[in-house]
Amino acid sequence: MAEEKKLKISNTLLPTESMKVIAESTGISQLSEETCQSLTEEVSYRIKELAQDALKYMHHGKRKKLTTVDIDCALKLKNVEPLYGFQAQEFIPFRYASGGGRELHFYEEKEVDLSDIINTPLPRVPLDVCLKAHWLSIEGVQPAIPENPPPAPKEQQKVESTEPLKVIKPGQEEEGQAKGKGQGSAATDGKGKDKKKSLLDGAILKLKPRTTHELSVEQQLYYKEITEACVGSCEAKRAEALQSIATDPGLYQMLPRFSTFISEGVRVNVVQNNLALLIYLMRMVKALMDNPTLYLEKYLHELIPAVVTCIVSRQLCLRPDVDNHWALRDFAARLMAQICKNFSTTTNNIQSRITKTFTKSWLDDKTPWTTRYGCIAGLAELGHDVIKTLIIQRLQIEGERIRTVLDGPVVSNIDKIGADHVQSLLLKHCAPVVAKIRSIPDNQECYKTDYGYLGPMLCTHVVKARAQAAMQAQQVNRTTLTITQPRPTLTISQSPQTSRAPSIIKVPSSITLPMQTLVTARPSTPTQPSSPATKFIMMSSPSGSSTTQQPRPTLTISQNPQSSQPSTSPSIFKVPSSITLPMQTLLTRPSTPTQSSPSPTNYIVMSSSSGSSSTQQVITLRTAPCGTGSTSPVTTTVASVQPIVKLVSTSQTAPSSTVTGSTQKYIVVSLPSASESKVQPSNNSLQQHSPK
Amino acid sequence: MAAVPEPPAAPSEAPAPSPASGPTASPAPSPVPVPTPSPSPSPSPTLKVEPAESPAESQRPGSAAQAPAQPPAQAPAQPPAGTDLPDKQTLLAVLQFLKKNHFREAEEILRKEANLQDSLDESRAAGQRGSDSVHQPDVSSVLSAYSNEGDPSLYEEYYTGLKGFIETALDAFKAELSTLLYPVFVHLYLELVYNQHEREARHFFHKYHGDQEGYYHDDLRVLAGLSKKEHMQGNETVLDFRTSKFVLRISRDSYQCLKRHLQERHNNQIWNIVQEHLFIDVFDGMPRSKQQIEVTSGGMAGEAKREANKTKVFFGLLKEPEIELPLDDEDEEGENEEGKPKKKKPKKDSLGAKSKKQDPNAPPQNRIPLPELKDSDKVDKIMIMKEATKRVKLGPDCLPSICFYTFLNAYQGLTAVDFTDDSSLIAGGFADSTVRVWSVTPKKLRSVKGATDLSLIDKESEDVLERIMDEKTACEFKMLLGHGGPVYGTSFSPDRNYLLSSSEDGTVRLWSLQTFTCLVGYKGHNYPVWDTQFSPYGYYFISGGHDRVARLWVTDHYQPLRIFSGHLSDVTCTRFHPNSNYVVTGSADRTIRLWDVLNGNCVRILTGHKGPIHSLVFSPNGRYLASGATDGRILLWDIGHGLLVGELKGHTDTVYALKFSRDGEILASGSMDHTVKMWDTVKAFEDLETDDFSTATGHINLPDNSQELLLGSYMTKSTPVIGLHFTRRNLLLAAGAYNPL
Repeated sequence: MAEEKKLKISNTLLPTESMKVIAESTGISQLSEETCQSLTEEVSYRIKELAQDALKYMHHGKRKKLTTVDIDCALKLKNVEPLYGFQAQEFIPFRYASGGGRELHFYEEKEVDLSDIINTPLPRVPLDVCLKAHWLSIEGVQPAIPENPPPAPKEQQKVESTEPLKVIKPGQEEEGQAKGKGQGSAATDGKGKDKKKSLLDGAILKLKPRTTHELSVEQQLYYKEITEACVGSCEAKRAEALQSIATDPGLYQMLPRFSTFISEGVRVNVVQNNLALLIYLMRMVKALMDNPTLYLEKYLHELIPAVVTCIVSRQLCLRPDVDNHWALRDFAARLMAQICKNFSTTTNNIQSRITKTFTKSWLDDKTPWTTRYGCIAGLAELGHDVIKTLIIQRLQIEGERIRTVLDGPVVSNIDKIGADHVQSLLLKHCAPVVAKIRSIPDNQECYKTDYGYLGPMLCTHVVKARAQAAMQAQQVNRTTLTITQPRPTLTISQSPQTSRAPSIIKVPSSITLPMQTLVTARPSTPTQPSSPATKFIMMSSPSGSSTTQQPRPTLTISQNPQSSQPSTSPSIFKVPSSITLPMQTLLTRPSTPTQSSPSPTNYIVMSSSSGSSSTQQVITLRTAPCGTGSTSPVTTTVASVQPIVKLVSTSQTAPSSTVTGSTQKYIVVSLPSASESKVQPSNNSLQQHSPK
Repeated sequence: MAAVPEPPAAPSEAPAPSPASGPTASPAPSPVPVPTPSPSPSPSPTLKVEPAESPAESQRPGSAAQAPAQPPAQAPAQPPAGTDLPDKQTLLAVLQFLKKNHFREAEEILRKEANLQDSLDESRAAGQRGSDSVHQPDVSSVLSAYSNEGDPSLYEEYYTGLKGFIETALDAFKAELSTLLYPVFVHLYLELVYNQHEREARHFFHKYHGDQEGYYHDDLRVLAGLSKKEHMQGNETVLDFRTSKFVLRISRDSYQCLKRHLQERHNNQIWNIVQEHLFIDVFDGMPRSKQQIEVTSGGMAGEAKREANKTKVFFGLLKEPEIELPLDDEDEEGENEEGKPKKKKPKKDSLGAKSKKQDPNAPPQNRIPLPELKDSDKVDKIMIMKEATKRVKLGPDCLPSICFYTFLNAYQGLTAVDFTDDSSLIAGGFADSTVRVWSVTPKKLRSVKGATDLSLIDKESEDVLERIMDEKTACEFKMLLGHGGPVYGTSFSPDRNYLLSSSEDGTVRLWSLQTFTCLVGYKGHNYPVWDTQFSPYGYYFISGGHDRVARLWVTDHYQPLRIFSGHLSDVTCTRFHPNSNYVVTGSADRTIRLWDVLNGNCVRILTGHKGPIHSLVFSPNGRYLASGATDGRILLWDIGHGLLVGELKGHTDTVYALKFSRDGEILASGSMDHTVKMWDTVKAFEDLETDDFSTATGHINLPDNSQELLLGSYMTKSTPVIGLHFTRRNLLLAAGAYNPL
């Protein structure tokens, strides 16, 4: 009540200038100050009256948002003719203009050609209302099914994991369990109380709580089934299991087990060179990442080493000359990039640490070709900027190395295959970037001088890339956004092809694109109130408001990031959100009929929860060139190698020594022999920066 | 201050009983089959009814004509509120009215009779003042009480004087006296505005509005917009303050203290306000504490007078008619102690052990005429009894399962939900003016065949009822089209043959669930109808809307039988008592009123909510009432004593749905905050029986035990809960539209 008391009621009036402007717009030029004064008072009063009436309609409409319909109804109540007109689909911002000493905010009212409206194809018929039943509670316990909210929301998992010091009082745990009638609710209650108490007398006894991860019988069974299916031989079963991991909301209690399962599994299978199992495990990681209800940060210390192992390990399979371990490396590299994107923050510095790890072993002359391939793939997946600053710089050297293997005397077949793969990898990733940083005449000679041995081949690839881009731009003007967009598109469109897991990752082919725009504005699945839709709409509205003036946000960003208000974080925040918009437009479609493809979920995770972390990346990479003052992207390429390296080094000094320790660990992991990859000591390194 | 035995709240309401009493005479004797409680369109009820609505109607732009001009002028005449001044002013107002309508002679005679020669000057003065608002003499005469002008600059002093006095008063009195501040503040402000001291008024408002309690903010916000005299005309809130007295309950000691102070200071301005605009209900005994005052305050016009809640209310249940049960069910029935001797009681009551044979609190069986049971009803009753024996006994250790019906793709358009008693159908009212009915059992919805087909059917055959249905029309849901605005209320008839819907277009429609067509459109509200509900015995129904009245209808008459008038703002929800003898209405004026269907009287006024009320439900035994409001609190009331008996805090947004379990042990609540919560009502009502003191005085001490009473809270995935229903076996059904924002 006290808060309410402080609530101030202000009697705001419209400024008299508004009256003048409105009068002028209707053709009345001379309006005395007095008239304006009484007009504003009257108008303000009436508007307030209307607003209060409209609120009634909102309440009775059982909504939280006031709509224009409410205002129409309120007008009707007052016997005023309601406003007629087309509803604007998108948000119409106030425009601002000034001149002649007057400032003006106005709506841009475009003249609409009636024939245009008549000729536009009818919008798709909206889905009809339907009724769906599910159990919200069964004898007082809320079942953990996708229709219900996750038993422990992400925020709560985060609180739990980032609040290391709690006071444990004897009997408290039991109390919490005894209460466990409404599993979710009771748990929350218990936690809430714990928190309060720890705030009160937390200073006395500081202990890391001994959390017992006891699983119920059902959970144990589930865990057993899932893990068996994931690494078993039946592909259909595996798909189902992965689907369950990616969507079920109640998995957070089993997360530590899964995490350990994966990390141990990788350790063992790397030694045994069991490629298939490694692939299955990586797919589990992907599924875990896709689950929007899991707070994975706590388990990255186990997952990252496993993933990195799969990228850079010297040998992943029994017959390196035949088996396609390259695909696994690619897949894992993409996973790594996604981890960086989702979880990298200024405190844990995952991205810079990973970058450093990759770079270091790549620079080493003795690194075998397999590891070399992994490093490059890992770096390349991190985005155009990384490619530009790190890979293209070394094209010449790398080209030389490849040449010695390919053209020189045959040393070993395996080396040759390796070199071959590295070459095509480099070409694949560098071509789009080079296409962007170099201007049009693609001269073989110039390329040769700039990039050495790989130059001519790169040149043909660049030409191809350009042609492809131009063609797609013609097809659908919106596609350009997704095509020119470096990271996300690559991740989506290629993952199914290379990972040899076509059954689970449905190909969101861009052919379906043109029909999307209409569908996305509403829940994607008719059958199920699934969270992807929720997340998506949340994201799209801010981006809609902030970037409506930019028809092609992505282009501006990728070509000339400096031009759009460099360093301020809000402007940069716009960037990722606007990027995600088109891709989701592309992606929500496949989920409509089946609702089972994990890829949309995946992107929702990226766009919503990791919005801030991806911002970080943009900052670290882009503000640096700004600082050096060189505006041309071509010339900056040399200069901008340093900033990133610098960033890494500062980040190493800033956090405590454990961080560097853990980076060391990662390098250890990256070595092929898995026997010594003990990562457990770094257990808490990621969480020790929590408050308190 | 002698509490005058007048109808509860507003003087404007005074005419209300009279139209009601018109039809009352006839319904009682008439037998039911064609229960015609004489709502024949006789002119008398309709005409007399009009005045009651006038506050709402007079502000309709079109109706500034003479007819509605009369009532408000009379309104001040109604309260016999002692003093000379208002009397004179009403006379003046009447004179003015006569003058305006050129009733010269009448005017002369009245003038003579009232001895008003001496006050001619005054009347002229008043006339002049009124002249700037000639267009609406009615309003100006209502407002004319504000014309006793003082020095505007002194108003602040008056107010601070009063405030200072209250602050220095004894602690015991302080809480009670401080309730005075709000009405005095409002009336001082309105006086300033009326006398066109805009700047002073604005300054006054801004200086002191922060003192007022949070729950008055909605009204204050309305007042804040008022800065000109012209605005006062047609502003409902102002009219409310003018036409009704703000009720305060103060102990005698506090009242003496106040009186002494005001007389010492010769503070006439405040004294006038206290005399004219406030009703101080003085009681003997200890002054109330701040908490005690807090729980019952919040109404737009203060608390309820104690007198208003003194009438006896027959809250007991009616005796169920005897129905012969098929033999094989005898055994099962025997296990159930209460159902043993009488084969009755669909709502068995385990709450109070008293409801055995004939509830002493039950109304006479024929107090209001009820429709006779049809054969199909009897079959249904038997079904109910059978199901009741299989009912799960709920309690803190045995919570019901919840089945949630989510409306997908509703695009925020779902505005009302109702379930049939047997849980076979769900009706949804939508913002796009449609009503949709779903069958949630495998039995599909079928409509009756056309007339030509029907004529072919053998009417003597056994399965004629089955034969008349058209199999071709079978589907899972049917859409009912006809309304011209959002549908805000839906209600199934108990026999599942009809459906009512109320809409923004001002009508209530009756739909047949046999043919899925509209049968009747009940017009009368003219403004949005916020809610409607069928009587538990069918035939009657109640509706309430923006025009501030609730109307009682019967399905076969197109005019209402009763108009329940008295709320100071929109009637937001309406519910029938389980015995059908009473209806309860909740309003945006933050009060709940209980009305007697028999005579149209308001028999309870319940204050305590701090926001518009959006849900009401009676306990199955008829004794208790639960109500939910926009403030997220649920209040529990004892109807017998008219007392607030419990407060359930926990929701963070408007409570739109409330339902007691079939045996009344659990109250389920659904809210805009996406949760369903369950409350232990056995515990909540446990200690109430013996407390005579609070019954006598109306002093309420509420225990703050919401947390203990909360049995469970279940979050949905972004779906506000707007409908709840317990099946006959105590499974909880909930409904809401998935809102993907």
